[in-house]
Amino acid sequence: MTYQPQKDFGTPESRSDEAVSLTIDGREVTVPAGTSVMRAAAEQGTSIPKLCATDSVKSYGSCRLCLVEIDGRRGTPASCTTPVEPGMVVRTQTPQLAKLRKGVMELYISDHPLDCLTCAANGDCELQDQAGAVGLRDVRYDVQATHLGQEKDHSNPYFDFDPSKCIACSRCIRACDEVQGTLALTMEGRGWDSKISAGFASDNFMGSECVSCGACVQACPTATLVEKKVVEVGTPERSVVTTCAYCGVGCTFRAEMRGEQLVRMVPYKDGKANRGHSCVKGRFAWGYAQHQERILKPMIRKSISDPWREVEWDEAFAYTASELKRISAKYGRNALGGITSSRCTNEETFLVQKLVRAGFGNNNVDTCARVCHSPTGYGLKTTFGTSAGTQDFDSVEDSDVILIIGANPTDGHPVFASRMKRRLRGQDGRPGAKLIVIDPRRTDIVRSPHIEAQHHLPLRPGTNVAVLTAMAHVIVTEGLADEAFIRERCDWDEYSHWAEFVSQARNSPENLQPVTLVDAEELRAAARLYATGGNGAIYYGLGVTEHSQGSSTVMAIANLAMATGNIGRSGVGVNPLRGQNNVQGACDMGSFPHELAGYRHISDKGARALFEKDWGVTLDPEPGLRIPNMLDAAVDGVFKALYCQGEDILQSDPNTAHVSAGLAAMECVIVHDLFLNETANYAHIFLPGSTFLEKNGTFTNAERRIQPVRKVMTPMNGLEDWEVTQRLAQAMGLNWNYSHPSEIMDEIARLTPTFAGVSFARLDEMGSLQWPVTADAPDGSPIMHIDGFVRGKGKFVVTDYVPTDEKTGPRFPLLLTTGRILSQYNVGAQTRRTENVAWHPEDLLEIHPVDAEDRGVKSGDWVKLASRAGETTLRANVTDRVAPGVVYTTFHHAVTQANVVTTDYSDWATNCPEYKVTAVQISASNGPTEWQEEYEALSARARRVETGIAAE
Amino acid sequence: MNSEERLIYMANQIATNLATDAAPVAAVADHIQTFWDPRMKRMIFAHGTDGLSPVAAAAIRLLADAQNGG
Ligand code: SF4
Ligand code: SF4
Ligand code: SF4
Ligand code: FES
Repeated sequence: MTYQPQKDFGTPESRSDEAVSLTIDGREVTVPAGTSVMRAAAEQGTSIPKLCATDSVKSYGSCRLCLVEIDGRRGTPASCTTPVEPGMVVRTQTPQLAKLRKGVMELYISDHPLDCLTCAANGDCELQDQAGAVGLRDVRYDVQATHLGQEKDHSNPYFDFDPSKCIACSRCIRACDEVQGTLALTMEGRGWDSKISAGFASDNFMGSECVSCGACVQACPTATLVEKKVVEVGTPERSVVTTCAYCGVGCTFRAEMRGEQLVRMVPYKDGKANRGHSCVKGRFAWGYAQHQERILKPMIRKSISDPWREVEWDEAFAYTASELKRISAKYGRNALGGITSSRCTNEETFLVQKLVRAGFGNNNVDTCARVCHSPTGYGLKTTFGTSAGTQDFDSVEDSDVILIIGANPTDGHPVFASRMKRRLRGQDGRPGAKLIVIDPRRTDIVRSPHIEAQHHLPLRPGTNVAVLTAMAHVIVTEGLADEAFIRERCDWDEYSHWAEFVSQARNSPENLQPVTLVDAEELRAAARLYATGGNGAIYYGLGVTEHSQGSSTVMAIANLAMATGNIGRSGVGVNPLRGQNNVQGACDMGSFPHELAGYRHISDKGARALFEKDWGVTLDPEPGLRIPNMLDAAVDGVFKALYCQGEDILQSDPNTAHVSAGLAAMECVIVHDLFLNETANYAHIFLPGSTFLEKNGTFTNAERRIQPVRKVMTPMNGLEDWEVTQRLAQAMGLNWNYSHPSEIMDEIARLTPTFAGVSFARLDEMGSLQWPVTADAPDGSPIMHIDGFVRGKGKFVVTDYVPTDEKTGPRFPLLLTTGRILSQYNVGAQTRRTENVAWHPEDLLEIHPVDAEDRGVKSGDWVKLASRAGETTLRANVTDRVAPGVVYTTFHHAVTQANVVTTDYSDWATNCPEYKVTAVQISASNGPTEWQEEYEALSARARRVETGIAAE
Repeated sequence: MNSEERLIYMANQIATNLATDAAPVAAVADHIQTFWDPRMKRMIFAHGTDGLSPVAAAAIRLLADAQNGG
């Protein structure tokens, strides 16, 4: 396949149902009403010359290159701004048009450097293409001096800005406004003097509001905005469509390659999750894939105090299998377990849990989803019958009221946030959706360009259930519940029981205000808006799940949606925003100790029989250990071996001291990862992993969308991750013979009713599929529970507010809550190894000015953050984004080890850790704590490789 | 918290959160049966009902009886 950019239709697609027929250059074409003449021409294969139009943004009509002649109209209208009309007769090529276009091009070229041969965009420049298309051969004007020779802006680590090459088409500005929604760019001056700038003329890109999403770079028709990588290696020569491995939005990209070298990632316009957009991580932050710290050879050691010894794969597998067998013989089969990763593919995850269940002979398998979205699984399964969100992302376009609770989409799910913001701003005369934000912190979306939340409820961390119950109180007692929907779709007795509970005076907003700190009137107004404002959609994130009442909060959300009839159509629903790319998939694939793939309980005889027959083994009918239980059992001396794929539990799990004690008590810790992560400090065997660029498989995003991941380069470590698991299983005597991940997917489909219609061939054909994919829904299910709930009747569950046991007191008077930021990803193992560190070199502690003043802390000061579990140091950022009494930090950097201070309190139903509430004290400090120093020393010791050179 | 203390804590936490269920004892017993691994169950049966809230204690007794009675 040779390189072809994705086709540009010039203007966005029209969503009208009405069809219009017209004639262009003698050929008839039928398109939806509202389509531009330019797009209609492009759809029939006629490309009209253009510069200022591109199909990601609305047309602007400034370049005058796309002129056409239309019968019965005077002059030569611009085809990008002229909508089609029935019976129109259009001509795109006439001598007069050719002359006009040449004149326009001549003007542009006279103000453009003529260094095409050495320009980075040579061969990939629309100005160059159009000059060719209009047949420009010479330029009659003198080269203008106004515009050339301006200074380049190299400040962004991923792209350059060379204003001398700018043709002032404003595509970048429109992309930033319409696609990204950051509104970072402006045009100054007029005509030949006009100049694009990021923020004020004095700002460079790094100093501006720019979040480096790259939409402007993609929109730019010239080399004015160009990827540094293209400047460095040249333009691509082929492309492969694949899926981002960072977050649960699941953007699809064209990986544009030059040989085996990745030149750039360009968001794929046909990607149904992202519709041609991306964020800084997916587009730019893939440098970690070739980072020098990647471990490429297996390593083993007898004890964690020994240095690592590099070995060949054969030896690594033989040794690992012998260790696992030895431990199983000595301590019993229940001493073994495994952890699957939400970063790996569905196929890889499925194999790890299969290895545990069929090979280790127990159900001790868990996943890092435990620490983020396990309450979603529990809560939505209980209330609706399916452990997944109810909508596709497109649904947001039909929402009238958007309620965001415990999520920070602009940082955590940036591309979906851009789509949400577009809906909030309103478009083409349609007013924007209303916004309610429930979050202790004033997140960016509360107030951003052209968006202002109607209600921000800054609750006390840990009181989600109380706030939602108070909202339910308002809805029920003010008669705003949708009783017709409830009678038809839900169990009426359960509803009545719930309605009676929430109506109690003790659950009124006024009564709960002292607990939640949310103004009762504001809460009432928010509840009324959600119940009566039209289509109401709830989006939530880890600020909901990572609490001692995480599962209750999810059920309280489901209750609200059912009570107001906001389920079962586009624009409504309950939508968990998943953290990692494949959290949904990891849960679907049977990664939980009590569930087989497709959420069937291990005690379910029928389901078990299906797997037993297919795998030729007997399965243990009792649930296995969850991650925290594994660590407890390890400390008790009965859990001895752990296979941990693509997961850094030491950094990501709460109460680091407890995790390290558990790991230290094991005899065989196997880490399968790209880097020597923190967990690897306690590992005896290291199996090098492969990146998403080096393997085939599928990821499932937050909208249940199964999307292909395609191999674009050979694994540097020699094996794809599924091959590593298979070779290990073979070494343990299992008869596995998969030759391609598609065969693993076939097995999943055969054993999992909701995946029955999924195969790689179907995915190639459709691009992606949203499960359930069944005989009834062969093309998948964008929206769930349309005619009835999966479980039959929707179940209202009474969720009583139970305060967390993590309480503030005189020694620990502040509440710490944690979160993430845009440019870094989770524990940061990947993003810390890219240029993204330019935006987030360290974790900072946000503290309110009043609390800061009480403690004599200023922005930039080192402070000690202490809880009942431990202490760490980091630098302070004094801001009123957080309320008095609340402090906030991220956990992207290992040296901060924010989890040293988090406790091991957890969700009552799933043991999902309570990351979002820890009682802490802050005091001035002058450097790292003893713990941090000891840990650094341990890390350095634990990372020695036998050559004598530390690997990191 | 050692493992046994943690199990007691977990059982009580489950009981508190299911207190508003129509049949709390059965709900707690069912939850523990569904999510706890056999060793955790054995540990809490062996421990008895010390430190457990009335609902949690009744649920553990119910489960232990079911286990023994078959
Ligand atoms: S990179 Fe994104 S945020 Fe930055 S200026 Fe371009 S479009 Fe705007
Ligand atoms: S930077 Fe590129 S997209 Fe922006 S106005 Fe200049 S040429 Fe057009
Ligand atoms: S929004 Fe998520 S999936 Fe999309 S590019 Fe960014 S990190 Fe990747
Ligand atoms: S492309 Fe239509 S005016 Fe520029």
